[in-house]
Amino acid sequence: MIPAAFDYVRASSLAQAIDLLRDDPDGTKLLAGGHTLLPALKLRLASPELLVDISGIAELKGIEISETGIRIGALATHAELFASEPLYRELPVFRQAASLIADPQVRNRGTIGGSLANADPAADWPAVAVALQAEIEIVGPNGLRRVATRDFFIDIFSTVLEPDEILASVHIPRPRTGMHFIYRKIRHPASGFAVVGIAVGVRLQEGAVDEISIGVTGAANHAFAGQRASDFLIGKTLSQDNIEQAAQLLSETTECLSDRYASAEYRANLIRIETRRALFALAS
Amino acid sequence: MNDTTAIRLIGQPLKRQEDFKFLAGKGRYVDDVRLPGMLHMAVLRSPHAHAKIRNVDLSAAKVAPGVRLVLSGKALAGKIGPIVPNWVIPGSKVPFRPVVATDCVRFVGECVALVVAETLAEAYDAVGRIEVEYDVLPAVIDEEVAIREGAPQLHDNVPGNITTIYKVRGGDYQNAARAADHVIGLRVVNNRLIPTCMETRAIVASPEPDGTLTVYIGSQVPHMHRRWIAETVGIPEHQLRVVAPDIGGGFGAKMHLYPEDLLCPYLARELDAPVKWWESRSESHQSTSHGRAHTENIEVAFRNDGKILGLKVETLGNVGAYLSNMASGGPTVNTVNFGTGTYKIDDYEAISRVVVTNTVPVDAYRGYGRPEGAYIAERAIDAVARHLKLDQVDVRRKNFVQPAEFPYRPYGSTGVMYDSGNYQGLLDKALAAFDYEGRRSECQALRGSGIYRGIGVAAYTHMCGMAPSRRLAMSGFDRGGWESARVSIDSSGRATIYSGSMSQGQGHITSLSQIAADVLQIPIEDIDIVQGDTRQVQAGHGTFNSRSMAVGGSSVHVSSQRIVAKAKKIAAGMLEVDEKDVSYSAGAFSVPGTDIAPVTFPKVARMAYVGHKLPDGVAPGLDETVFYDPTGMGSPSGVHLAYVEVDPETGIVDILDYVAVDDVGTLINPRLAAGQIHGGVVQGIAQALYEEVSYDPDNGQLLTGSLLDYAVPRAEHVPNIRSLFQQTASPTNPIGVKGIGESGSIAAPPCMVHAVLDALSPFGIKHLDMPLTPPRVWAAVQQARMGAAQ
Repeated sequence: MIPAAFDYVRASSLAQAIDLLRDDPDGTKLLAGGHTLLPALKLRLASPELLVDISGIAELKGIEISETGIRIGALATHAELFASEPLYRELPVFRQAASLIADPQVRNRGTIGGSLANADPAADWPAVAVALQAEIEIVGPNGLRRVATRDFFIDIFSTVLEPDEILASVHIPRPRTGMHFIYRKIRHPASGFAVVGIAVGVRLQEGAVDEISIGVTGAANHAFAGQRASDFLIGKTLSQDNIEQAAQLLSETTECLSDRYASAEYRANLIRIETRRALFALAS
Repeated sequence: MNDTTAIRLIGQPLKRQEDFKFLAGKGRYVDDVRLPGMLHMAVLRSPHAHAKIRNVDLSAAKVAPGVRLVLSGKALAGKIGPIVPNWVIPGSKVPFRPVVATDCVRFVGECVALVVAETLAEAYDAVGRIEVEYDVLPAVIDEEVAIREGAPQLHDNVPGNITTIYKVRGGDYQNAARAADHVIGLRVVNNRLIPTCMETRAIVASPEPDGTLTVYIGSQVPHMHRRWIAETVGIPEHQLRVVAPDIGGGFGAKMHLYPEDLLCPYLARELDAPVKWWESRSESHQSTSHGRAHTENIEVAFRNDGKILGLKVETLGNVGAYLSNMASGGPTVNTVNFGTGTYKIDDYEAISRVVVTNTVPVDAYRGYGRPEGAYIAERAIDAVARHLKLDQVDVRRKNFVQPAEFPYRPYGSTGVMYDSGNYQGLLDKALAAFDYEGRRSECQALRGSGIYRGIGVAAYTHMCGMAPSRRLAMSGFDRGGWESARVSIDSSGRATIYSGSMSQGQGHITSLSQIAADVLQIPIEDIDIVQGDTRQVQAGHGTFNSRSMAVGGSSVHVSSQRIVAKAKKIAAGMLEVDEKDVSYSAGAFSVPGTDIAPVTFPKVARMAYVGHKLPDGVAPGLDETVFYDPTGMGSPSGVHLAYVEVDPETGIVDILDYVAVDDVGTLINPRLAAGQIHGGVVQGIAQALYEEVSYDPDNGQLLTGSLLDYAVPRAEHVPNIRSLFQQTASPTNPIGVKGIGESGSIAAPPCMVHAVLDALSPFGIKHLDMPLTPPRVWAAVQQARMGAAQ
């Protein structure tokens, strides 16, 4: 189909975009990569009065790595996150996760900011961002605020973003030496979204887990951190038995989603299997 | 005398002549047709599976910007329609189907009203302003539920929701069951599919200044569409020109008569302006015909040594809310007639019931009935092997029809005859290419280390190119089995061939040119093929049922032969010899054994048109038209093997290898033939592993409404397919071809299911219904493990 009529403004600055958003928060939608919004418009599931195109705003772009951390602009596309050599050297998981998102056409347009702000329960970046202990920088009429990713998501397609706020960037602490991340994903055969996706980071010191961080997507209403499993493994070796126990703990963390394609039991099973496989990969 | 021999083009893997325009983005599809003053139609569709229409309020839509016409079903009643099926099995009860619903809607997606506006956006906007009041009725989705006592009824004239009962019988099944050592039953579901074409349906109807109407439509059957539109809208056939431009896939879905095919021509004449309709993907899922949707109950009687004595089948074919174009023929003639597959089973008994439900009408989809038939035979024989713990290959070998038995009539059938074949040869070739023994050992060895691999085998045969015409009458098929071709040679000796077949991607320009080039002995570059325009092409039935080479190709062959025969007469006049002394070789007519200078084909063509020196009784021109009606049908066959690895922890099926050995008779172009096998196998794998239409069983809402939910396979989902051939020429046509388009989609589903079941055999899993999605496979493993633990 084709969308209902709407007005369109290409914002040249973050301030302008926020002004437009504040004028009519309910009737306005932000357009970045458009990979969720445009299908919704075409199906007339969304009929905003005004589309504010933020794709040209310089303040929302770029990937920067400094002494203190990594800043990824909200407009960074999946393809840019895949291609960035400095990012790959710092955190290879970005390339690995980006390669599992949809197809090249989608990766060329879709953005990390859109993925996080849209809060699709099966999107990939939320799990990765949770595991990376990323902070999300939000800009609104009252200025800047930062929220930890694990506190960012509220429910299906729902976040702490206020209607007049814009997700501006993602901030990631630089990983300590020896910290390795991996992202594993079971794709839905039609949508390509995660039936379950697990991002795990582990740092081993003298054979024992010194630091660990886990993010899970696809399984529940929103991405979440595998805190109990992480706590369990701290100070322990990645033995088969410990891995099995941690994977089991993680699979019991939440009541999983159930839909026509996959039952809650199947998703819980995938959490267990994929966590185990991720941890085995990180142990070797 | 010229004694060089022309290279025979039939059998050559020529590249597709038609590809350049597609690769260059120069294909021209219906949506590319943009005419001055063209209006756009949009359709309001039912949101309910079953409801009475209480009131349709068009008033707000009528005053919306750009709107030219708004109509509900009531305004059209008596003016156009009803839509009637083209294949009606004798004794069927045909439900009344208006073009646009009047009093009652019977599936989600049925047309309720329409808008014609100046832009597509305005048409969609106005559709949003139409208010309809419904009284929702109970809906029935499932074919097994629909025939139960007390189920919601769809049509007054279809009691019990059964339109058609069809029976097949040969020998005495009860006797076989008594004589057998074992009788086992199985219930299999043939999952409902969406025949996803890259190009959705589209139509433009344009009134011409001379009072005729041109209809651009993505049609597999342009001449059939001309007849149907003429009869249903009330336009004399000769005043209707149907043009089918390039088509982005058909697979059977573009050979039926849909409401929009009738609305655009009607509205174009009413408004005296071109009217276009284009189907969005989500509309396509709920308005273009679906495929398969069967439940089969099978009983198989067999001896301890694996020899099958008898087979009994009960088919329920879900055809959706109305009898679509061919709908009563699919679950009946096309399915249960073929239920014994490649096996010699003399005692056979089948009954098929055609069932209406509150779903999108189901009709032909690649293979139509033959995949369902092969699935019956193959699942049955695999169950026999599993039950007796015999090798799946040995059991097939024991039951195959033998090469000496062709032509073979299964179970003494009067309607089914397999013209030729060598199933043992296919099997041997497939096993060797696959390294069956090696892989069998590998499976066993790996099981010890928790790796579950399996081998699937499937054999099939069927019949292609429904013919001859007089036989189609017996099954209630309101069309002929012939195809027409006109070969027109111009004065330079180049050929234009007008073919009633209709390519939707098959590559007819290449394959038909190869056929003609061999007979005419002219360069393939000198041949043009014209299809898809009823004003240019004299007549035709189009492309379906894998008929284009066997019937359409044969008509090109025969008319090319007539060209050569006439050219020889003309050449004899030019050479001043008797016609019987003239021989035609390498594109020149000569008199062997003499030193008379040969005349080339172009020179003869020139003479045909200047007419200066024609023998007595030979008319000028070199132009022949043939309506070729075959005497019988060719029977392709094949054996496919798949090698899979199943991860019991996730249920994911990884396809490690796929070997297809097909006997499609003489190969015209091995490259195109392999392409047909690849495409069919991909669609078959998709049915086995990924695709399934889902409805909410309670309210009849379509749950797989878009490609976000309905899993059409992508490149990553399919393996490298190894396609090999065996060529047993069909005696039913002059080329020896049998038909190929449907083979892959017939063989692949049982082959894949068998491979997965073989991999899961250590768990004691004996049955799974398609699609074998990871969650479904995992659940079966879980259940088996729990059962084993108890």
